[in-house]
Amino acid sequence: MDMMTAHQTRSLTQAASAANPKVVAKDVNVYYGDKHALNNVSVNVPDRGVMAFIGPSGCGKSTFLRCINRMNDTISICRVTGKIQIEDQDIHDPELDVVQLRARVGMVFQKPNPFPKSIFENVAYGPRIHGLAKSKTDLEGLVEDSLKKASLWNEVKDRLQESGTGLSGGQQQRLCIARAIAVSPDVILMDEPCSALDPIATARVEELIDELRNNFCIIIVTHSMQQAARVSQRTAFFHLGTLVEEGNTQDIFTNPKDQRTQDYITGRFG
Amino acid sequence: METERKGIFAGLKVWDATARPKAAAAIPVPEISQRTAAPDGQPAQGAPMNEHIVKSYEDELALLDKKIAHMGGLAERILGQAFDALERRDPRLAEVVVKSDKSIDALEREIEEQVVSMIARRQPMADDLRHVMAALRITTDLERVGDLAKNIAKRALAIAHESHPKPLMSGLRHMGELALTQLKEVLDSYAERDAERALAVWREDEHIDAMYNSIFRELLTYMMEDPRNIGISTHLLFGAKNIERVGDHTTNIAETIHFLVKGVNITDDRPKSDETSTTLFQKD
Repeated sequence: MDMMTAHQTRSLTQAASAANPKVVAKDVNVYYGDKHALNNVSVNVPDRGVMAFIGPSGCGKSTFLRCINRMNDTISICRVTGKIQIEDQDIHDPELDVVQLRARVGMVFQKPNPFPKSIFENVAYGPRIHGLAKSKTDLEGLVEDSLKKASLWNEVKDRLQESGTGLSGGQQQRLCIARAIAVSPDVILMDEPCSALDPIATARVEELIDELRNNFCIIIVTHSMQQAARVSQRTAFFHLGTLVEEGNTQDIFTNPKDQRTQDYITGRFG
Repeated sequence: METERKGIFAGLKVWDATARPKAAAAIPVPEISQRTAAPDGQPAQGAPMNEHIVKSYEDELALLDKKIAHMGGLAERILGQAFDALERRDPRLAEVVVKSDKSIDALEREIEEQVVSMIARRQPMADDLRHVMAALRITTDLERVGDLAKNIAKRALAIAHESHPKPLMSGLRHMGELALTQLKEVLDSYAERDAERALAVWREDEHIDAMYNSIFRELLTYMMEDPRNIGISTHLLFGAKNIERVGDHTTNIAETIHFLVKGVNITDDRPKSDETSTTLFQKD
């Protein structure tokens, strides 16, 4: 497929997904004990694209990200209200198995956290416990496929049995992304995936994100505005627990509507 | 002065004060404008802008506006001098203009270098990005205005010894005055970040075009009357065309200011009335 066609296809899928969002959040509030951490956040995240959450530390962007796979459930004093749907499925439905939810909503963290197991096992673990592979050959194919999608295959194909923790930081992070996509999730959440990486490894991960967005819905939290501008199609700016502005990335970075967004992205006192 | 003339101007007669027509209501030469950017680079219009956390970034943006203001003032001054030289047939003044254009070119390079360095080092976003891009575009337009002033001055040198048809000169003078006022207005609206004022300048360019049309027709008639007029008329025609081009660069700057302040381009089509390119030479 030549570039023009790829570009056109991409715009077409984007247009289609804007009308049909993957994740729909409505009036989400989060409290940590008495602290009101997130205030009435409503946002639609389109499928097959990257949405970036930006904002100063403590603005609630990570808190909101963690609502999407119900990671906040693990914090006892945390209370979440409002509605979040992934493809019309309410994620707070009591019938819903939260383990299944987290298989559908993969997550990549700031610090690469591979299991202290072999590279192969790191990727094979998810498909195995969720019963996604029928045979050993199946599983091997799946691991190879995931590592290829994460652009790591060529670097690790001859050392699959070595420990995942022996890889470089950038490779470890791509291993974590391979692990996340091995279970074919609907959504991939990334919480500052490049903060601990050097510029070269960062560029590799960004290139990977750019490829993955053709097949996945990706939400990325980042402190690097340049990164948000580079990798995302839509950007949401959070400030003091509220969603201030959400829109096309290009509009947010060239002509933001809200003064607070403007002040934040241009590096002014808010 | 005389010894300095070279090339195509070498054969020019020494400027003779007695041959000079009365400088009736000569175009006032504006002083280099005292216009400076609003203090600390803060726009005077719209919501009060917070300062950048990094102070040196703030200083660089203010410096950029200071350079643009300086360059704009310089362009205004030499354009006024060029008109003056043309009207008063003052070759000395014309040569001053030709020389001054160099400092405008130098300023353009300086501003360009600063913008490139700021993009590389600061990665400006949002209004800051529009600010540096606007500076880059405006500096290009001002440099062209400087070139046009230089061209007008060269025409003035070329026709310094010819007698000027009076009614034509008054038409040219009005056109020049209007172009100069427009340029001043647009530079003021940049300093004040006033998009409405820039839009008014943008609309006003129609009048310069209309004046150019009428001067064009007048010159045609003048040339038809007597073929000996063709030489001077052609020079005056180029002079008028140069003024008209100044008007176009002024509207470019107005468009840039609109984009800088509002974040969107002006959408409606500018009223245009330069129709000389489709006008035929017709003998009645």
